[in-house]
Amino acid sequence: MNFDYSEEQLALQDTLRRFIDKEYRFDQRRTLAQSEDGFSREVWAQLAELGLLALPFPEEYGGLGGNAVDTMLVMEVLGRGLVLEPYLGTVVLAGSLIRDAGTLSQKDMLLPAIAGGELLMTLAHYEPGTRYEMNHIATTAKSTGNSYLINGAKSVVLGGNDADKIVVSARTGGGRRDNDGISLFVVGRTAPGLIIRGYPTQDGSRAAETQFDNVEVGDDALLGTKDGALPIIERAIDYAIVALCAEAVGIMTALNEATLDYLKTRKQFGQPIGRFQALQHRMVDMVIATEQARSMATLSAVRVDSIDAAERRRVVSAAKAYVGQSARSVGQAAVQLHGGMGVVDELNVSHYFKRLTMINATFGDTDHHLGIFSDLLLAD
Amino acid sequence: MDLNFTPEEQEFRVAVRSFIDSNLPLDIASKVRNGSCLGKDDFVRWQKILHRQGWGATMWPKQFGGAGWSAVQLYIFDEECSAAGAPMQLPFGPKMVAPVIMAYGNRSQQERFLPRIVSGEDWWCQGYSEPEAGSDLASLRTKAERQGDYYIVNGQKAWTTYGHYADWIFCLVRTSNEGRQQAGISFLLIDMKTPGITVRPVIMIDGGHEINEVWFDNVKVPVENLVGEENKGWTYAKFLLGHERTDIARVGRSKAALKRLKQLAHREFANGRPLIEDQRFRDRIAQVELELMALEITNMRVLLADGKKHAPGPEASILKIKGSEIEQMLTELMMLGLGHYSLPRSFEALDAGARRQSADADYAAPLSGNYFNCRKVSIYGGSNEIQRNIIAQMILGL
Ligand SMILES: Cc1cc2nc3c(=O)[nH]c(=O)nc-3n(C[C@H](O)[C@H](O)[C@H](O)COP(=O)(O)OP(=O)(O)OC[C@H]3O[C@@H](n4cnc5c(N)ncnc54)[C@H](O)[C@@H]3O)c2cc1C
Repeated sequence: MNFDYSEEQLALQDTLRRFIDKEYRFDQRRTLAQSEDGFSREVWAQLAELGLLALPFPEEYGGLGGNAVDTMLVMEVLGRGLVLEPYLGTVVLAGSLIRDAGTLSQKDMLLPAIAGGELLMTLAHYEPGTRYEMNHIATTAKSTGNSYLINGAKSVVLGGNDADKIVVSARTGGGRRDNDGISLFVVGRTAPGLIIRGYPTQDGSRAAETQFDNVEVGDDALLGTKDGALPIIERAIDYAIVALCAEAVGIMTALNEATLDYLKTRKQFGQPIGRFQALQHRMVDMVIATEQARSMATLSAVRVDSIDAAERRRVVSAAKAYVGQSARSVGQAAVQLHGGMGVVDELNVSHYFKRLTMINATFGDTDHHLGIFSDLLLAD
Repeated sequence: MDLNFTPEEQEFRVAVRSFIDSNLPLDIASKVRNGSCLGKDDFVRWQKILHRQGWGATMWPKQFGGAGWSAVQLYIFDEECSAAGAPMQLPFGPKMVAPVIMAYGNRSQQERFLPRIVSGEDWWCQGYSEPEAGSDLASLRTKAERQGDYYIVNGQKAWTTYGHYADWIFCLVRTSNEGRQQAGISFLLIDMKTPGITVRPVIMIDGGHEINEVWFDNVKVPVENLVGEENKGWTYAKFLLGHERTDIARVGRSKAALKRLKQLAHREFANGRPLIEDQRFRDRIAQVELELMALEITNMRVLLADGKKHAPGPEASILKIKGSEIEQMLTELMMLGLGHYSLPRSFEALDAGARRQSADADYAAPLSGNYFNCRKVSIYGGSNEIQRNIIAQMILGL
């Protein structure tokens, strides 16, 4: 067993960190969050140049052939920088769906375009009022012979406002909450009948409500096997969960640094507040929670590639639940230890806290994944 | 021992409820229940309505124009107001500066300021904290130098809640550097329109504007605006902090929030069933309800004991800690109850499909914004760490 990263991995992480320190300072990020797109297309192009957008794709499609651990290293740094660019939706979610389920021609057409930074994508899966249920799909796709007509609505589609193409899940068979009968389709944003309503989220990124009114796509828009997409979707979302866990660890690490620094420099009662033992112990707990979360995030990054779907499910849900608990306590403590400065917009602390909170609510919160893990104990 | 309300108290509740029923403007009530930001107008309008009824300052003694209610009556009133969605009465005028003016101000100050507080004509803000003087309030540096009939004030106050609405600010200022820090502080009332005062907005974590920086540049304050004696301000401030803390259990507010949380849990779905049927989530609601049940009684115990003494003692710190923790748990659960539908910055962004019951005003609440904003309640008014220090020192003698 070893926990060492390769030279290449460390070099990639280092390059990205330097790029963010220089080109993605907090004030620049603030401006981007308030802009129309909610991120920078120039930065996106630079991320492409650094090879980040090609990371998880096979070499024959212009990729670097990286694995989930590589993605973890990248996400940690993106977390520290509170990077708004739609990496999760485009590269991790849509990217892994196409990589794992696409036909040769779909991969040919889409993966190099994603890697090159020319194509933004996302997955539209969850629906209004269904919370975190993976199989609760009411959106339908009716075959008309050589095309499909899609009807339905998708909620909180991450990066949906800017995506050029959306991978949407829809029922081609089965009932509302059946595991079978779900299929995936690739739809262009300008398809007639597709309405996308984008909005800012609490953490400054963007999402969208999307509505499909008789959106017509050709047979070749089908991604993966007809009626059998649920396992593929689950796997892609697991990759995204692992990426989010890493992002959270990056944020917690940054919050701990900021808080420790504050404890050493902020003075009250004639001494640095870090002299107060009540605060020392809280700070220590933050560090412990972060290290435990890092271990879980690492474990999940290694196991998410596992071909054993049950083992993957167990470890990924464990990580999401556990990292969520750490993120909550570290975020709340960081705010509290900053006093009034923790609840103002000016400092990055409140922004880190908001992002952590939103990560917890994405793809199933702590209770949801603790529930999955706990139910699996019955089968032990 | 009797934990029931007396028949008179129950009658009183009925009277309060029916008054609120027929007088609380519906637009204000709906904003309160939505958790949307109230404007100055909303607060003032409600204050004027209460004033017309003689309830503008329910906690004041009758001699100063108050209603002279008992602790139990005050509690019932607060509970009814909260349940109906009345705006919280802002503490700065009626509950903070007024008791100080009553206890330590002179006759002419009492006649000049108190009636305008009850009537809602004057809006007050609190100028205690400074950038370098938060928990360590006594280290404050804003300076007031006596020049003839005036104090010349220079310095900066921080975190001033609703300073941008205020007509007046009550300030702790430094009038002496001799002796202990606490011994050189005075309590000064300052007209916000005085030349040399600048108010700068500070944006909060949820994007809202409620707090400010207030700068003083050679601000001339007539000496008649000094409350009590020069350099005795710390005593008055401590008296006032006690008042601030009693109010902070917020049991009425939290009961109303708990009710909304339960409604939300009935309306949301998890795994195809109403969320309330999800044992893990329901247990969380149950847990916060236990906390609140206990606090309700603890609160009454402290308040009734206080009635016999005078200034609220360090027990108030228990109320502050528990009250703020419960408030924070409730806002967190409301956010969690929404799952990923709590992501949008504005809830209206969600399609009608997701807001199945959009006719229900409660459902438009910016719930995660409330959670973020509510982190403040364990920080302001003496942080929970400071409250624990107070209990350790004053009650436990550690
Ligand atoms: C939303 C909001 C509204 C406010 N409104 C007003 C207002 O209207 N008027 C006004 O005057 N003030 C107001 N305040 C200021 C508030 O009272 C202060 O923020 C509070 O006293 C804490 O001070 P600080 O922010 O400087 O934090 P600090 O005092 O710097 O505290 C930082 C951290 O250190 C901890 N700490 C400090 N000393 C100790 C100790 N001895 N032992 C253990 N831990 C310690 C604190 O608990 C906190 O966690 C407001 C604050 C907020 C956030």
